[in-house]
Formats: sequence, structure tokens, C-alpha cells
Amino acid sequence: MNAEARRLRWRRLASALALAGAAASTALALVPLISTVYFVLTRGLPALNLAFLTQLPRPVGETGGGVANAIVGSLVVVGLASLVSVPIGVGAGIYLSEFGRNRLGSLVRFVADVLTGVPSIVVGIFIYITVVLTMKRFSALAGGLALAVIMVPVVTRTTEEMLRLVPVTLREAGLALGAPYWRVVTGIVLRSARGGIITGIMLAIARVAGETAPLLLTSLSNNFWHRGITDQIATLPVIIFSYATTPYEDLNAKAWAASLVLLAMVLTMSLLARLFTGGRRVVWRR
Amino acid sequence: METVTRSTPPPVLERSEVFLIGSLRVEGLEASYGGRQILKGITMDIPAGAVTAVIGPSGCGKSTFVRCLNRLHEVVPGARVSGRVLLEGQDIYAPGVDPVVVRRRIGMVFQRPNPFPTMTIYQNVAAGLRVNGWDRRRTAEAVERSLRMAALWDEVKDRLHQPATGLSGGQQQRLCIARALAVEPDVLLMDEPTSALDPVSTLKIEELLIELRQRFTLVVVTHNMQQAARVADRTAFLLDGELVEFGPTAELFTMPRDRRTEDYITGRFG
Ligand SMILES: Nc1ncnc2c1ncn2[C@@H]1O[C@H](COP(=O)(O)OP(=O)(O)OP(=O)(O)O)[C@@H](O)[C@H]1O
Ligand SMILES: [Mg+2]
Repeated sequence: MNAEARRLRWRRLASALALAGAAASTALALVPLISTVYFVLTRGLPALNLAFLTQLPRPVGETGGGVANAIVGSLVVVGLASLVSVPIGVGAGIYLSEFGRNRLGSLVRFVADVLTGVPSIVVGIFIYITVVLTMKRFSALAGGLALAVIMVPVVTRTTEEMLRLVPVTLREAGLALGAPYWRVVTGIVLRSARGGIITGIMLAIARVAGETAPLLLTSLSNNFWHRGITDQIATLPVIIFSYATTPYEDLNAKAWAASLVLLAMVLTMSLLARLFTGGRRVVWRR
Repeated sequence: METVTRSTPPPVLERSEVFLIGSLRVEGLEASYGGRQILKGITMDIPAGAVTAVIGPSGCGKSTFVRCLNRLHEVVPGARVSGRVLLEGQDIYAPGVDPVVVRRRIGMVFQRPNPFPTMTIYQNVAAGLRVNGWDRRRTAEAVERSLRMAALWDEVKDRLHQPATGLSGGQQQRLCIARALAVEPDVLLMDEPTSALDPVSTLKIEELLIELRQRFTLVVVTHNMQQAARVADRTAFLLDGELVEFGPTAELFTMPRDRRTEDYITGRFG
């Protein structure tokens, strides 16, 4: 009786300790996150204004001006990267999930996993050698390709995982209706996994939007509106890098503001991605 | 009952044979999963325009059997089939026969309701039609007709464009039946269509079977012997992958010829 009560008290104590430990770890884990957001907000907000979002950079020494070209540039480069990587990644993901039960499938899966782990600077050098040196110029295209190389394996594996989650019974239901396999894949399997795949793509985009190293080696930067995808192009991460590493206080402040813009863009992406997983809403189009 | 005449008979036949639409003949059907033999040579005639029940203890191969009849067994990795299944005299396993064409004529309803979760009620029923390139008007007509046949129309007519996942289990199963009926098959295979349903939904589906038998060849797997007795014209008893007995339902249940059938229907095993 007494032993029973003691054991119960000990269990309560252990439980409370475990809970406190977990809570403390959570708080610790949140410290860097919250402080990053705090610093970016407090340092970035003062320099942020409409001109910053809509104007071109001014020469060093002049005040005012903005990073509008880098905002557009980031969109262009990330857009190019998505244009290239999404079809390849989704296609490869379909192959792996639907036809990848063989040696080739395992090989592709292995390569994708290895590629996911390749440091982004290495991808940058690879594109520098293969694209920048051959074209003899830095370009938005090269930047987009570098980011695409980073995105493809991520999109491939997420697509595969999402398609695998679609139950066999749904595929069989489609086949039993006399639908050819490709229709079952496009009309039923892909459709059922759509939300998850879009989420995966958005998270991949959010991830590469902040990549700096590969862009330093590929798209570089400039101070004006970009002039086509075969020309170098300013992007937010590269602007942040170059502004933050100058001794000018004005530019340092701009680096903070640009970080805030980038953070806002990436967070919006991630939030949109969440929307797609949660929302199983059906839209009926006639 | 309509009949179909094969103008070019297989060379072994003297004259053109006449087959009822949707008639099936199974000859020496064997099936295996990853080398483990499940069906051990089944031969039987499944008459057109009637309900044929397949009964037997769990794991005896009932699902495997019906999945062989629309070439769905072969989509499982490592699954093998041999023997012949003749639809109106033509072997659906003959080389050059497209399983997609076979499945369009031989529909299937599964043990568990499996509506497409991302589609609306309407889209679910229309799913098999779009594949065949039906226009909007004909599709809309077919959707209503199929839902009426499946005794679901009145319950869903005001919410056709809502997600199918919002339906009850019994409604979902009837939706799956409507989906299968919409493509106008000649044979409908049903694998324990009522096993997940309450008595009221079960009754509705049984009434449906009796009604549908005029128009389709129906093969119904069931665990429930009363159900077989109520709806089936003929009943097949499968045991361990073999066809033990096959005959008119009343006969099979009242004077089984095989000792094992008798043991099973009197509940001595299985
Ligand atoms: N996908 C599969 N892979 C391997 N073996 C399988 C598979 N599906 C079924 N089997 C095996 O085949 C045998 C027959 O299974 P089947 O599903 O045809 O039985 P059943 O008569 O329909 O049983 P139940 O009444 O429980 O549905 C079982 O021994 C089962 O374990
Ligand atoms: Mg079964």
C-alpha cells in the first residue's frame, strides 16, 4: 500500500521532470528562431519603405534608393529554377513511384538522395564550370539552373512519397473502371496527391529562395533592371551578402531590410504550402 | 435476353456459336501470389443475366478468383494467372487482348468502399466516362441513371457537387456501385459488397442485386450464406483454392452433394 503510493508519487515526479525538460528544450530551440526574426524585424523595419521596394539601388554615398531589381531578380531566378525543376522532378517522382520497382528505380532514388546532400556551393561550381564558362558570362539562366539542380531531387522524392501514400485500392478502382494506367496515374493518383506535391514544391522553392553561394558563382549581381535571362541579375540573397559585408552603415541597414523582404517572401511561401496540405477542398469546374 | 453472334468463329468450331451477352466460362483457372498457388484449377460456367454467389471460408481465394475475371489480379507485383476465362466465347487472357478493354466490359465493386476522395459525388460517377470521351450531356444523363439504379439518387441529388467523402459508408458503397454501373459493363463483379455495411444498407444493396440481374451478369462474393440464399441463382463453394461444388443455390444449400459443402454451410468449420 505504502510502496504503491510511493511509486505513484515517484511516477508523478518523473512525469513532471520529463515535461519540464521537454518544455525547456522547446524554449531553447525557439530562442535562435525568435531572436533571428526579432533582429531582422527591428533592424530591417527602419530602412524599409516604399522606395526600398520600388526603386533601383543608388551609387554608394547617395542615400535612398531600393532593391526593387533584386526582388524582381529573385522572382526571375527562382521562377526559372521552378520552370526547369518542377516538370523534371514531378516526372521523375511519378516514374519512381509507379514504375521504379527495378534496378534503375533504385539507382535513380539513390542518386536523388545523394544530390539532396550535395552542398549548394558545389552545385554552384558545377554550373559555373558547365554553363557560365561555356557561355562566357554570368546569367540569370545559370542561376536558375543552379537552383534547379538543388530543387530537382527534393521535388522528385517528395512527389514519390506523396504518390506512394495514395492507396492501392484507389488505383485498382480506377483500373477496374477500364481506365488505362496513364489515365489512372494522371486522373486519380496525381490528383489525390496534388496537395502534397504542391506543398513539396513550395517548400523546395522556399528553401532555394535563400541560397546565396550558388548564385554568387552563377548569376552574380548588378545595379539595374535585368536585361534578359542571359545577363547577370541581382537577387536578394546576393544583395544581402554584398551589402552586409561593406563597411557602410547605410548599406548594412539595407541588408537588414532586404533580409526582412526575403524572410517575408519565404514565410509566405511556407504558409501557402501549409494551406495546400490542410485544404482538401474540392473545386468543381464545369 | 440479347444474344451476340460471332461471325468469325475460332477455327476449331464447325459453326458460329451463339453466346449470351455477358456470359462467362472459366477453364482451368490457376492463380498465384509470388509463387504461392492460391487458385488450383477452377472450371465453371457463369450464366448471363443471373446472380452467381461465391462463398467459402476466409482466405480460400474468393477475392483472388473474382480479380482474375477482370484481369485485376495481374496488377499485383509477383502475381501470376494461367488458364482461360471466356467472355462470350473469347478468352480474355488470349495474347493481344487489352486488359483495359476487358475491364471496361467487366466492372468491379470492392470489399471496402473506395470512392475517389478528391472528387465530388458527381465526378466519382463520371470518372469512368470521361476516360471514354463522353460529352457533358451524355455524362450527366449517365450519372443520374447510374445513381438511380444504385438507389442513391434521392439521397444525393441535392449535393452532387460535394465531396464523396462526406457520404456514409453505405452510401459510399452504393456510390461505388453507381460508378461501376455508369460505364455500362456487361458483367459486374462484387467482392463482399455489404461486408462493411449495416443491415439497412445491406438490404438496399441486396434489393439492388436482384433488380440488376436482369441487365447484368453478376458475380457476388459473400461471407454471408443467408445473403447468398436470398440473392443468388447459383452458388459456388470454394475451399482452399478449389471449386468444391457449384449449382443452383437452393440445391446447394438444401442437399449439398459434397461432404465439405455440408460441413461448411452447417457451420462445422470456416
Ligand atoms: N496481395 C497479396 N499478396 C500475397 N498474398 C495474397 C495477396 N492477396 C491475397 N493473398 C493470399 O491469397 C489467399 C487468398 O486470398 P483472398 O483474398 O483471395 O481470400 P478471400 O477468400 O477473399 O478471403 P476473405 O474472405 O478473407 O476476403 C490468402 O491466403 C491470402 O493470404
Ligand atoms: Mg476477400
